[in-house]
Amino acid sequence: MSKPNKRKITSHYIKTELLGKSLVTFFGIFLIILTISLVFFIASQGLSTFILDKQSPLKFLFSSKWDPLRDLSKGGPAIGALVFIFGSISVSSLALLISTPFSVAISVFMSEISPKFGKKILQPVIEIFVGIPSVVYGWIGLTLLVPFISKLTLTIPFIDKDINTTGKSLLTGGLVLSIMIFPTIASISYDALKALPKDFKEASFALGATRWQTIRKVLIPAALPGMLTGVVLGLARAFGEALAVQMVIGNNILFPKSIFDRANTMTSVITMEMGNAVSGTLEANALWSLAFLLLLISFLFIVIIHKIGAKGSFIK
Amino acid sequence: MKPRVTDKIATAVFYIIAALLILLLVLFAAYLIYQGRSRLNLHFLTSAPNSLEAGGGIGPPLFNSIYIVVLSLAITLPIGLSAGIYMAEYAKPTRLTKMIRFCIEALASLPSIVIGLFGFLIFVQKTGWGFNLLSGALAVSILNLPVITRISEDSIRNVPHSVKEASLALGATHWQTIVRVLIPCAIPGLVTGLIITSGRVFGEAAALIFTSGVSGYPLDFTNFNPMDSSSPLNPMRPAETLAVFIWKVNSEGTAPDARLVADGASAVLIISVFVFNIASRILGKYLNNKFAGNS
Repeated sequence: MSKPNKRKITSHYIKTELLGKSLVTFFGIFLIILTISLVFFIASQGLSTFILDKQSPLKFLFSSKWDPLRDLSKGGPAIGALVFIFGSISVSSLALLISTPFSVAISVFMSEISPKFGKKILQPVIEIFVGIPSVVYGWIGLTLLVPFISKLTLTIPFIDKDINTTGKSLLTGGLVLSIMIFPTIASISYDALKALPKDFKEASFALGATRWQTIRKVLIPAALPGMLTGVVLGLARAFGEALAVQMVIGNNILFPKSIFDRANTMTSVITMEMGNAVSGTLEANALWSLAFLLLLISFLFIVIIHKIGAKGSFIK
Repeated sequence: MKPRVTDKIATAVFYIIAALLILLLVLFAAYLIYQGRSRLNLHFLTSAPNSLEAGGGIGPPLFNSIYIVVLSLAITLPIGLSAGIYMAEYAKPTRLTKMIRFCIEALASLPSIVIGLFGFLIFVQKTGWGFNLLSGALAVSILNLPVITRISEDSIRNVPHSVKEASLALGATHWQTIVRVLIPCAIPGLVTGLIITSGRVFGEAAALIFTSGVSGYPLDFTNFNPMDSSSPLNPMRPAETLAVFIWKVNSEGTAPDARLVADGASAVLIISVFVFNIASRILGKYLNNKFAGNS
């Protein structure tokens, strides 16, 4: 009798198996083609700044003078993107700093303190936070948070009299982002805590530890690799967020002097300038370089997550 | 006794943080709906935006948002479901499979603005189409492809093995089993996943400002000829969606009541988020009872 894998290629077999199998295989491979062409096209545009326009990649990364339309008489165009890179890094780190403790606390609450309440109420709440569009976060930030921060900077006496009091600041951007990345970190931390073997908790309780001691000394350390994955994913999300940040950060092409000062990010400058830049010019190419950098950074984040995952695999 | 006291304090702190989170969501929703309350009426939902006078609505942007959701689902669903079937049923642990997995992850982690720029380059510039609704739908499809692939793979994987084996034992081929048994069994998971992705498309803006554009032609809702530039059904017209509209009003709102219009539009968006969430919950439960038979 014929084994399934030695089946004769009859028209019936082609119709009932081969056709479907080939179709889905094609679409599986299509994902590779799509990713490669995406990387290829963005890279070819992004690299033309350095290849066609002969700009120095080091200057792009480490110079802070951004003036792609500057006249030749004034020294020619400059495309130093350090201000944007610095802005992206600082606003994302700030968001992470604010968001992580709360996210971890929520995940602990959901898995250890009150699982029933967590599942019934908090999980849907987190899902709604995920579903709120980024422009709505931006709009809330703009209409609720910006006036508040503005008042705050006006009331607190600062030594520096030139302080930015518009309310649009690095801090505002960080706060808006922290709410946006909170669900990512919380739900992945929650999964990490859930995946821990029950023995950990029971052993700790058996030794007479309180719940808080168990959480702090046993559960969080054990779930740390998983939680770090969440933190990196949150960071990736913060890094790539465009519109909400652009609406509240102030878009100033200077290094921020404090967290109360206006700043700019890579995504923000792309959002603002790409529409006006004429394609093929140095300005447009430099913006593409920023997009390519964003792409590379988001790939870097995946690599980091894999590294963390490999390290943390001892729990399983 | 001291550890017990810290334990009590820690527990209290956890409860406070959980309460704050819920309070924050209530605050957001209440704030947006309160601010936009004067605009939550039929006139606002159906009339065209007006950039010069007060009283403009969000009819066309709202329609465009829905249209982009429909178009992008029509593109993503067949591709994502197929890729998901391949990953769940046919993919062997080879290098190719690893590569596909990496690509799904890479696509999923890309910032939506980068995907928007890719769409801008390919669909808007290279094709010479200019800003148009179809390009927007295609860009959003790239954004959602990894999500739908993953959802499809998971829902097919979650079908009990016995069901699959029963079908194969009856002499069905693998493909017949997939189409007639596995996919129907996976429908509850697929549908909830689809509703969630639709919600995402509905609120997406960064990928759309470079592909479907930030402005639209005036639409004539009685014109059903999809080739006509004033017809809402025409996919080759530039189109601003609701989310893009909110963003635009913030940067270049010229109407005297721009603030109110954006407030109203934001209220509509957050209400739709609630509707999407509740719908996916109810439909998921209903379908689960119906298909899995555990009523």
